[in-house]
Amino acid sequence: MRHVMSILVQNEPGVLSRVTGLISRRGFNIDSLSVAPTEDSSKSRITAVVRADAVAYEQITKQLNKLVPVHKINDLTDAEAIERELVLFKVGADSEKRGEIIEIANVFRAKVVDVGGRSITIEATGTASKLVAMEELLRAYGIKEITRTGVAAMGRSSKES
Amino acid sequence: MDDDRRAVHTGNGKAQGAAQPKAAAAISLKTRSGIMNGAQAVVASLEAEGVSHVFGYPGGQVVRIFDALYDSPIKFILARHEQGAVHEADGFARATGTVGVVLVTSGPGATNTVTGIATAYMDSIPLVVVTGQVPLGVIGTDSFQESDIFGITLPIVKHSYLVRDVQDIPRIMREAFHIAQTGRPGPVLIDVPSDIAAASLEFAYPETVQIPSYKPTVKGNQKQIRKAAGCIARARRPLIIAGGGIVTSGAQGELLELAESMGIPVATTLMGKGCMPIGHPLDWGLVGMHGGHRANEAVAECDLLIAIGTRLCDRVTGHPDAFAPSAELVHIDIDPAEIGKIKTADVPIVGDARTVLAGIVAHIRRQGVEHGMQPWSLGDSDNEPFTEVAQDALSRKVMEEISGMLDPDASIVTTEVGQHQMWAAQSIARSKPRTFITSGGSGTMGFGFPAAIGAKIAHPECQVVCIAGDGSFQMNQQEMATAVSCGAAVKVIIMDNACLGMVHQWQSLYCNGRYAATELTCNPDFVQLAHAYGWDAERVDSADRVHEAVARALSCEGPYVLDIVIPREEEVLPSTLPGGIGMDSMDFVSSASAAVDTQRTGEAAREEGESK
Repeated sequence: MRHVMSILVQNEPGVLSRVTGLISRRGFNIDSLSVAPTEDSSKSRITAVVRADAVAYEQITKQLNKLVPVHKINDLTDAEAIERELVLFKVGADSEKRGEIIEIANVFRAKVVDVGGRSITIEATGTASKLVAMEELLRAYGIKEITRTGVAAMGRSSKES
Repeated sequence: MDDDRRAVHTGNGKAQGAAQPKAAAAISLKTRSGIMNGAQAVVASLEAEGVSHVFGYPGGQVVRIFDALYDSPIKFILARHEQGAVHEADGFARATGTVGVVLVTSGPGATNTVTGIATAYMDSIPLVVVTGQVPLGVIGTDSFQESDIFGITLPIVKHSYLVRDVQDIPRIMREAFHIAQTGRPGPVLIDVPSDIAAASLEFAYPETVQIPSYKPTVKGNQKQIRKAAGCIARARRPLIIAGGGIVTSGAQGELLELAESMGIPVATTLMGKGCMPIGHPLDWGLVGMHGGHRANEAVAECDLLIAIGTRLCDRVTGHPDAFAPSAELVHIDIDPAEIGKIKTADVPIVGDARTVLAGIVAHIRRQGVEHGMQPWSLGDSDNEPFTEVAQDALSRKVMEEISGMLDPDASIVTTEVGQHQMWAAQSIARSKPRTFITSGGSGTMGFGFPAAIGAKIAHPECQVVCIAGDGSFQMNQQEMATAVSCGAAVKVIIMDNACLGMVHQWQSLYCNGRYAATELTCNPDFVQLAHAYGWDAERVDSADRVHEAVARALSCEGPYVLDIVIPREEEVLPSTLPGGIGMDSMDFVSSASAAVDTQRTGEAAREEGESK
């Protein structure tokens, strides 16, 4: 099963190695990863997407909690969490096709961030499924390059107690 | 030897075998203060922690710290190899319950500590390992004697630091000692670049530790403790498995109280050896692969298993599904990750073994449950001998001689790894925790001898005996020089079968007697080797000379090697099939009866091996 782990850590050198090393050492692959400081610059949030059954996931969580710089781990897998990714698409586009591609971008509320003679670059954010849908539509025009961030996730306000 | 006696009063003035040190206990010892360099700050921190001995080996990038140590009352033990130094510090830590301290240089000095650190990590032993490092500015340039020891040791440390600012040294040292010995203890590494050691700071040792993300659970949950007490009251055939956590937390008193008040038999793991008094009717012996009938049958038959301070490793459980198949499981451990890792616990309790056991005993008392209950019986097996090694086996005779001549209250036995380790675990009587020192989790050959030196330094008044194999002893035999130089009069008894006995035994069982690479045909003359280092030594090749030879070794003033020739055919019995770890699936134990079938003889297993 897919899990979105939100790991709050002390922002110190080596902490990312400790966390990712531990996950891979216990035999799990990280599907995606994003790391950045939080509102408190002494702390960072690591959002990692991993696949594991319930027993294995519990074990990963417990092992991660043992790491000294790990403060807290939340599982943001359920529907009550907001998940977003950011993707940059560089799509082949001559002047003829450019209009169609911009239209697709608009439908997905994406932004055109760069236009060249033979290609156009679009920035899109959203859930994984939205971005996959967009990618499929753009494929017809010839995608030259894709760069995608890992998942960033947050629990919804309704879940706060 | 006078200096050595200080060894028993180390680590924040904490008594040996004491419970988990109080979190952020105030430093009581007088500490240095004022302007000094980073190297002096490292040493001043060690003094503030009450460290009496540092084990290690010098080198270029750590020269300033050694220079600072030169002025300190801390005694430095010069090993002859960094691996030896770590095992010596580990033996010291296991014998005292305090933190073992290591100081080595960068590059190969640091990488040589890796096996020692991994050994301590697997057995939850508190160490602080200080490594020199190349100057901060040249890290990452592959400079001379540079190694990324911080990165290399990430999977085998409880925590680690690369010091980037000299001002951080007092805080980091304070945190390192705190982390190493609280919660589930473990090794902490501190990498100190040489320019940081040279830079100056105003030194003040912090009185408290502030690590908001590190708060081990010591006190067990009251509701869970009540539940556990309820399980115990209901159980008809309860069994305790006592692991190394009993030793770490100093819970042997509470363990005995619980066992005696409810008549619960106690099986011990290798790491828990010594936590029951010798000959106690509730001591049902060693559990696991080479454990006795009684303990393993009790596991199979019990209806309640109380596992305390044990991670239920595969050498204890065999196949987890076949382990204690009809029992409810109460699992007590300070490390939440160990609970539910191998077996799902019905009543998980996270906490310090001593605190939790005291809670359970108190609860049982309040309920007014009857005291002095009779333990349940296994029927016929109750009277079976502890081991099934042939009465005339020489290995057995040697172990009985050693055990008979040692005062359990004034002796420490360490072992290397292999057949002799299991023979010792089965037959050497121990009545106190911290008197049987062995590499349990990691199974590190070369551990026992340096560990014996560390234990002897910690307790010079104790008789310290290392039971070794001829293979293991050669892995760190250079430490004979260390023993002489620091006056550690340890006795090494080599169970010399001129082969790597345990693997040899497996080859006889699983490889149809094809002894690939296990016969040590070119062993040195251990007597001459010992003499070369200035030790006394003797070789014995007949059973009738064993008694006098062991007596001579134990009564010798100085260090002694006793090389006893053991027939290669002697095996470790009983032996259950390994639980699928490291063996192919054909040997995988899948039925409940097979997992605890300790009655298998070598012969039966061999026949089965041939029929495959």
